[in-house]
Amino acid sequence: MNNNKTRFAACSLMLLMTSVSLTTHAKEWDSIQIATEGVYEPWNRTLPDGSFDGFEPEMAKVLCERMKARCTIVAQDWDGLIPGLKAGKFDVVMDALAISPERRKVIDFSRPYTKAPATFIALQSSAIDLGSGTLQLQGNPERDTPAVEALRERLKGKLIGIVTGTVYSKFIRDQFGQVATIREYKTPPEPLMDLKNGRVDVVFEDLGFLSGELQRGSDSGLVLVGPAINGPIWGEGEAFGIRPGEAALKAKLDAAIDSLIADGTISQLSRKWFKHDFTPPSQ
Amino acid sequence: MSVDIAFVGDTLLQLLRALPTTLLLFAASVAIGTLLALLLVWMRVCEVAVLRHLARSYIFLFRGSPLLIQMFLLYYGLSQFPEVRQSPFWPVLRDPLSCAVIALALCTAGYMAEIFRGGLLAVPPQQIEAARAAGMSGGLLARRIIIPIALRSCLPAYSTEIILMMKATSLASLVTVYEVSGVAQRIIAETYRTLEVFLCAALIYLVLNFLIVRTLAWVEQRLSPRQPVTASPTTKKYALSVRRG
Amino acid sequence: MIDLIGFGAKGWGSVLLMAALMTVLVTLAALLVGAVLGALVAAAKLHPSGLLRALGDGYTTVFRGIPELLVIYLFFYGGSALVSSVGGLFGAEGFISMPAFLVGALAVGVVSGAYQAEVYRGAFQAVSRSELEAAKAIGMPLMLRFRRIVAPQILRFALPGIGGVWQITLKDSALISVTGLVELMRASRVAAASTGQFVLFFMTGCALYLVLTGISNLVFSRAELRVGRTFRRS
Repeated sequence: MNNNKTRFAACSLMLLMTSVSLTTHAKEWDSIQIATEGVYEPWNRTLPDGSFDGFEPEMAKVLCERMKARCTIVAQDWDGLIPGLKAGKFDVVMDALAISPERRKVIDFSRPYTKAPATFIALQSSAIDLGSGTLQLQGNPERDTPAVEALRERLKGKLIGIVTGTVYSKFIRDQFGQVATIREYKTPPEPLMDLKNGRVDVVFEDLGFLSGELQRGSDSGLVLVGPAINGPIWGEGEAFGIRPGEAALKAKLDAAIDSLIADGTISQLSRKWFKHDFTPPSQ
Repeated sequence: MSVDIAFVGDTLLQLLRALPTTLLLFAASVAIGTLLALLLVWMRVCEVAVLRHLARSYIFLFRGSPLLIQMFLLYYGLSQFPEVRQSPFWPVLRDPLSCAVIALALCTAGYMAEIFRGGLLAVPPQQIEAARAAGMSGGLLARRIIIPIALRSCLPAYSTEIILMMKATSLASLVTVYEVSGVAQRIIAETYRTLEVFLCAALIYLVLNFLIVRTLAWVEQRLSPRQPVTASPTTKKYALSVRRG
Repeated sequence: MIDLIGFGAKGWGSVLLMAALMTVLVTLAALLVGAVLGALVAAAKLHPSGLLRALGDGYTTVFRGIPELLVIYLFFYGGSALVSSVGGLFGAEGFISMPAFLVGALAVGVVSGAYQAEVYRGAFQAVSRSELEAAKAIGMPLMLRFRRIVAPQILRFALPGIGGVWQITLKDSALISVTGLVELMRASRVAAASTGQFVLFFMTGCALYLVLTGISNLVFSRAELRVGRTFRRS
């Protein structure tokens, strides 16, 4: 392996790779690349042969039929979804992405296809009592703080596990950062793992993910605790993330989602995968 | 490209607050790793074949696999077993920081053991023969001849390893330890402002790196005052060849 | 439980093996990128010009001093701005897709280049001065001198160092999992998360890495023996 030859080979290889990937996107959107995590069961999960299923991939299949587009799904770690979208590696992010003002600053969203509440999960044996029922929060710190006062009391000195960079992590850090210890993880299965082995006392995630976990591991001794928190705090709901300015893509996605909600497909899929109906309220 | 001074200042402050954690990870893992490595290298050159092979396997395992997978195995893998959770080790393994320190120490011990062995091999056999001929044996031989020469020989490679450990502490962020890289990544994930945050974090690491390199160069000079000292120890050829897994 | 890592319907075996292949490919690509960069930086560090030397020193100091994780974050998160502006230069409309493979290879390659620069520099300095002088004396032109004397000796002296850099790069490739590339680390994590069997899949991933390093060791030892064949032990 001669140094000169190596250099030449390297240069030509790089040129080849760059030129091969210089593709601009079809404006007609008949071929769409969707990115998801693949480890956020039951929203999306990876099968042993590398393909995906779950609420979102199944919904995407129907959606793409309605849109008359050919969709491919690729996997991406959570914290790389939005950067990858902006870098043009894929066209759509599909990973229970909640619409939030911070995210709106950098990307655009389709209309929401679900609106899931979030709640806590803990080990049954730990006998944590955080109350029950539902809690509507506005996303406004002054209004919300008194509403979660009771929760704050009960979570004093506890260890809370969350995933970084979610709308939930900001909420937990803002409201409970002073009274409890927060542990931040990079992928959703990790805080659950640490919950089961006793490293954290309680995990906060969306109800879809948590009920999926309860369905799968019926003997793990986990139980939902605390109120189901919903309301404008999580934005309008979960939607597809798209690059700013892609009006044609947004229109296509919105129309397809509208039709899926109208004919009850979303409701049916939601009940199949989450055992709850997360259809967003009509806008 | 406008620079938001307020944001940069705030980011730097947040990162600096995580600095003690990084330093703690670094110091603890280097200290424990060095002690463990001394034990390992003793096993490696010992007459008992079982101990020798144990040491060789350990070194092969920890130098041949990525630190990341070792850390995950230790943090998530071990905690899967109820026996571990009930053992007296659990309070240590339960805490992410101490778990990360153990993972870092175990990994670096493998590399350091090879470095120490390289130092031992560099002791000229003639000197040992001469010392034996003069009547030195056992502890005295080790203390006056072997250890000083070995130490001086392996210092460049050991310095390289220490610098690599400083960088390795960044992996602790992947098991929920709030050290500098972890906080940096969190800020990026929430504000999407990569470049400013990256520059702040990079600056901190470069300053740390500089301080460590200078300290090690000073130590090198103290130990061998007659030889000219280079501030970049990795130019020594065998420093790199010793790192081969 | 063994059927989980097997090749049956529920088995993740084929995914893991493909991912191991991907690990090797991305490490190779990163090494090539690093070879190009390393050669350039080594040349800069050996140049009489003070500015070039300073630039070379800056490169090696920065990329050997910053954690690889941060470099990968930079290339990965910050890639969009760069890619768009470069694309704009070429007149491409909209967004240019850059494969995850390329991002990972570049990020790790840039770091590997810093280490390789040191290896090449040391190797160049070890080239026999007397042989070069003799070649100049008999009138060998520059390119011929490079081809017959400098290059073979650099290869010979750099090979152990490059072997070390290959091992380091192979393990750094595990960090590329953050960019979504399905290499061995990510495959192990996904399989572990999907099945809940963390120990099984991390140990399998670990074992596969050990196989890769073991094979690399053999290959480099053989290569060193072959290349060092004709050299006198001076």
